[in-house]
Amino acid sequence: MSLNVDSVTKKFRRFPALNGASFVAPQGSFVSLLGPSGSGKTTLLRILGGLEFADSGMVRFADLNWLDMPARTRNAGFVFQQYALFRHMSVADNIAFGLKVRPRNKRPSAADIRNRVTELLALVQLPGLEDRYPSQLSGGQRQRVALARALAIEPRMLLLDEPFGALDAKVRKELRADLRRIHDHAGVTTVFVTHDQEEAFAVADLVAVMKDGRIEQYGAPADMRRNPRTPFVSEFLSA
Amino acid sequence: MTKRILKPIEDPLWLKLLLGGVTIGFIAILLLLPLVLVFKEALAGGLGGFWTSMTEPDALASVRLSLIAAGIAVPLNTVFGIAAAWAIAKYDFPAKTFLVTLIDLPFSVSPVVAGLVYVLVFGMQGWLGPTLVDHNVHILFALPAIVLVTIFVTFPFVARELIPLMVDQGRDEEEAAATLGASGFQTFLRVTLPNIKWGLLYGVLLCNARALGEFGAVSVVSGHIRGVTNTMPLHVQLLYDNYDYAGAFTVAALLAMLALLTLALKSVLEWRYADELAAAHRH
Repeated sequence: MSLNVDSVTKKFRRFPALNGASFVAPQGSFVSLLGPSGSGKTTLLRILGGLEFADSGMVRFADLNWLDMPARTRNAGFVFQQYALFRHMSVADNIAFGLKVRPRNKRPSAADIRNRVTELLALVQLPGLEDRYPSQLSGGQRQRVALARALAIEPRMLLLDEPFGALDAKVRKELRADLRRIHDHAGVTTVFVTHDQEEAFAVADLVAVMKDGRIEQYGAPADMRRNPRTPFVSEFLSA
Repeated sequence: MTKRILKPIEDPLWLKLLLGGVTIGFIAILLLLPLVLVFKEALAGGLGGFWTSMTEPDALASVRLSLIAAGIAVPLNTVFGIAAAWAIAKYDFPAKTFLVTLIDLPFSVSPVVAGLVYVLVFGMQGWLGPTLVDHNVHILFALPAIVLVTIFVTFPFVARELIPLMVDQGRDEEEAAATLGASGFQTFLRVTLPNIKWGLLYGVLLCNARALGEFGAVSVVSGHIRGVTNTMPLHVQLLYDNYDYAGAFTVAALLAMLALLTLALKSVLEWRYADELAAAHRH
């Protein structure tokens, strides 16, 4: 029941975005993909979410051949840097979206959906904001709603693409702590992309430092700090 | 005496008056005056005369034909426009800019040329004409050709309105919908369509106005059969050429009224849903 990423490659037009990225993460762990822009971390995340397709390589998750499944059957919650909330829907409708589009026989009742929305809003600490629209929320609130929306589908995997990149430092810290708390509560395998090493080390169990489409070093934050394997890693960590 | 200092982006009074005056004068003389005159001429014979000209069988036939042609062309161009805008905004492929240029083609080609092209294709001296007539299919000088050229001429309106909107909105929301388990159709219905509905509506209104008003292209392919293949604009010209000014202005007034109705509808919708419109642009 682990996430096993094996030599994934991806080329955009001419330039390679991923040159054989591999890592293994145990079920329920919190992995951070850390690297400068252009290192391929977002591409790898989008491949895990089914939003981009790998040229070669394998991903196994639990006993599933992950890359053969389309995005909508993976049941992987995705959180975008720019929130990507449905702008014409209220907060409640945003969060309920993943439940409402289920086939009729798997769709919870309207009352159950409403309860679930209330629960999730409490979990992300935005109780009572059901009827607001995204344009009436601050950046931090929008990202909390996006997180609640991704959690509503009871995801097998949670994928976050620089989720706090557009927020100020104070809000980032709060959200980071909340994300970790929510992860521990839900126990869902989480992959988190960031270029901020302090953030990655503060929140993740395992960090993959990426450079030029490859994983330079992979391991627990403490081990990596004690023992950086390449000059790039030690430089990146001290920056 | 101290001189009042202008704000950095404030223009002097004489310039404001000049620009305002030119604009108002331009609109009054070139837009409003003709519109008023059309209605004045149409009502020259009183309401009774207006009614007689309007209910004249050939006039009614032209109204019916125009509405049928627009009724077919506008829904089809709505579908084509959404498809084209979707392809351009959401997919990456080579020759994309070329496709955008092609969509603009009907704007840059004279409608008369568009009409002639259809004559070349479907006419008796054309590629398909003889074969079609052998099989008893009549396209030229009949409703099909009128609909075809109307589609050609009005194709860009919906697509042009939607492309910038959809490019601006990006693919994020559709991607989010996919990761939440929505099918392509559910995503379109619940996410894409609500986001573009205002632009779409505006494009459809413009497309409709042009479809009803198109003259040049329809003139080439219609054959001008009175009461059969004359649309409203063609009927106006026919009446005018026959010195039936009352009749010509009556049908012209009807056309103008349809245009005003379109504008009114648009304004009402903009006013009624101002909040939603603003929300769609912010985010």
